[in-house]
Amino acid sequence: MPFTIKVNGTPHQVEVDGDTPLLWVLRDILGMTGTKFGCGIAQCGACTVHVDGNPVRSCLLPVASIGDHPVTTIEGIGATKTGAKVQKAWLDLEVIQCGYCQSGQIMSATALLAKNPHPDSADIDAAMAGNICRCGTYVRIREAIKRAAGET
Amino acid sequence: MSSNQEPKVSRRTLLSGGLAGGFVLAFHWPLRAAPVKQTEQFRDQPDFAPNAFIRIDSTGKTTLVMPQVEMGQGVYTSIAMILAEEMDASFDKIALEHAPPNDKLYANPIFGIQATGNSNSIRAFWDKLREAGAAARAMLIEAAAQKWQVDPASCSAADGKVTHAASNRTLGFGELAHAAGKLPAPDKPKLKDPKDFSWIGKPIRRFDTPNKTNGKVIYGIDAMVPNMKFASLKVCPVFGGKVKQVDDRAAKTLLGVRQVIVLEDLVAVVGDHMWAAKKGLDGLVVTWDEGPNATISSADIWNDLRAASKKDGVVAKSVGDVNKGLAQGERYDADYELPLLGHATMEPQNCTVHLTADGCEIWTGTQVVTRAQEAAAKAAGVPVDRVIVHNHYIGGGFGRRLEVDMVDSAVRIARHVDGPVKVVWTREEDIQHDVYRPVYRNTISASLSNGRIVSWKYRVTGSSIMARWFPPGFQNGIDIDAVDSAIDMPYDIPNRVVEYVRAEPPAVPTGFWRGVGPNNNVFATECFIDELARNAGVDPIAFRLGMLDGTPRLKAALQLVAEKSGWGKPLPARAGRGVSVQPSFGSFIATVVEAEVDGQGEVHLRRATSAVDTGIAVNPDTIIAQLQGGLIFGLTAALWGEITIDRGRVTQSNFNDYRMLRIDEVPPIDVHVIKSDERPGGIGETGVAAGPPALRNAIYAATGVALRRLPIDRAAIAAKKA
Repeated sequence: MPFTIKVNGTPHQVEVDGDTPLLWVLRDILGMTGTKFGCGIAQCGACTVHVDGNPVRSCLLPVASIGDHPVTTIEGIGATKTGAKVQKAWLDLEVIQCGYCQSGQIMSATALLAKNPHPDSADIDAAMAGNICRCGTYVRIREAIKRAAGET
Repeated sequence: MSSNQEPKVSRRTLLSGGLAGGFVLAFHWPLRAAPVKQTEQFRDQPDFAPNAFIRIDSTGKTTLVMPQVEMGQGVYTSIAMILAEEMDASFDKIALEHAPPNDKLYANPIFGIQATGNSNSIRAFWDKLREAGAAARAMLIEAAAQKWQVDPASCSAADGKVTHAASNRTLGFGELAHAAGKLPAPDKPKLKDPKDFSWIGKPIRRFDTPNKTNGKVIYGIDAMVPNMKFASLKVCPVFGGKVKQVDDRAAKTLLGVRQVIVLEDLVAVVGDHMWAAKKGLDGLVVTWDEGPNATISSADIWNDLRAASKKDGVVAKSVGDVNKGLAQGERYDADYELPLLGHATMEPQNCTVHLTADGCEIWTGTQVVTRAQEAAAKAAGVPVDRVIVHNHYIGGGFGRRLEVDMVDSAVRIARHVDGPVKVVWTREEDIQHDVYRPVYRNTISASLSNGRIVSWKYRVTGSSIMARWFPPGFQNGIDIDAVDSAIDMPYDIPNRVVEYVRAEPPAVPTGFWRGVGPNNNVFATECFIDELARNAGVDPIAFRLGMLDGTPRLKAALQLVAEKSGWGKPLPARAGRGVSVQPSFGSFIATVVEAEVDGQGEVHLRRATSAVDTGIAVNPDTIIAQLQGGLIFGLTAALWGEITIDRGRVTQSNFNDYRMLRIDEVPPIDVHVIKSDERPGGIGETGVAAGPPALRNAIYAATGVALRRLPIDRAAIAAKKA
């Protein structure tokens, strides 16, 4: 069945079953591989994207549920003011190691700062606890969010 | 062939904001339809290619070929720094490439094959890379001196240029490349005096990270090949089992499902995208022949291991007279046990394959690129030189990608597919068909006299991974990895024996896991040392300091961490500090973990502090990052990690039941790098070994309970008084 979804401002028409998760539409059909597959059960956050600015796990989000709500992915987040600040803070503090989870980390952090420009440590922990990093970059993620908030 | 090539990166500055410049990462995907031999050194003909690592063209573009893989440990940046340092290259002109599979040119000098592991990239390549850079520099200077007809000794190099100061003449490396390419390479090029290093030792920003913030970096799982299909697989849940029967009628009716493939040991569904493949797999009705392992459980594995640990082992190290020593003073005995662990790399296992009449092309991220090539050749039934491997950035290795099973199964599936196919494992398959960190049991006896250890008898029982993976590492019954950090334990003890008993767990395949042998031996040693300190009535750090005169670098690290961690300062009830020290991977590290145990036995991490002497710290910020991350990796395992086996299959399946430490559970972590002129040590795995014993000793201090097994047993420490 055909669906039209708007990703980073551009509409795309795809022909899939309505239960197909947004993750696989992005990666395998649209070729936007920046959003990552980690677990498939919304436990790790690697697949985090924004729908209407809210962070969602795209591995469990059926394409049929999106309608005309705008989707933003890691490929588009740098075009937002907050997203660009987060990306810069990530580099300034050299957060990243293997980097596989970092698309999701940056999407979660950007969503947090967009809603709460000056989060405290508890806010950061609550907003980021759904994103697993196996390299263990958490200490620097916490610092980088504070750095990005300071530059807001 | 890759349609989503990575654009060039251009951003290179010191973290402190000093030097600016472009550090370009270029990928050279072969733009060819059919596989060709991937054995030639360079495809293009550079003006100047003094060795396998460096080539410079007439524009001065300096391409550095990376013999080790980047999986987050920062090694691409460190390797480039070493080459560029000795060359006096201009960082603006540098481009990096993944090395193609070629053991002759790019073998790790320690392993003899192209492998990235054992935290030895910098240790193994230090001399070779410095000499490669210095040779290039000497040849460029010689070329300039000949052109100017001056003594080469009167010329100098800096920032990609050669200068003759006396006549105020300068030529860029690009202008000299052609002439330098005609000169012989020097046998023993002169290396820089480390005091003249301008890059090594400074916190250089990583070149791989900008594209990791914007979705542009390409991991193996992201490879996109025109007209590719997508597949996922299900292996018999019981280790070693086979497919008996498959009913694929329902699966084949699903939209997007193209093909069901049944092999001896697995089923795969090929579709238009991963969701179709996954739904197709769920729709299959598979009957398995579970085979002889279907009755094995964790209890059997532990019973076997405990029985084996009662046997005498092969003596790997003997000093003094251990039995005589044990007869003196007060004797103590303890056993420590470590569980099976999975790797759970964030990037699930994957491999993309295109088989053609001419050969085989694969796209994946591997720590062993020549082994991946050989595995593909064998599974495809083609000669090795007809296999092209596109290696990628790796979304977590941790030892999992020292194996090539994901290449083998993908190629076997691809033999039944017309055109390219990307095989991606579900997380459940990734957890249930890993190659697991083996169970270990350590049996230790020691005697104390006048507050000092006089005898130490240590027996490690466990799988020999070396015997399978690297047979030269298993000789005369001794696995050099299994006894690593046991035979070279750092304490001055006059009578000492280390034995090894090889015991392979039934059914379960075992492999390297970040931290390898030292994880086990540092844990057992440091836990027992803490118990002995308590029996001697001495503070754990003071007790250790009294036995470290033979290892002064470790002693200095321990003194520093005592100061930086606030050791000895008051703590709340049921909170404690624990210490561990280690000489592992050529680095000397002392760590203090501070933790609190609540009434239910839940452990709350409060703080972690490490002091590290890793010799010359090539990129100090990377050293800090690896310690921070390694500690979290190790603490995750200590708090949660255990794979259990029931009826021949793994009980856990995903992150809901194979728990990872999350940001809200992670404390502040401070790492102090000690300045040193010694040769560089390894760093990537060190934190993993450091965290668990320090945490366990913190719990011991907080509760008085001497845990002797991981993961942490909450019931054992609930509501106990300190």
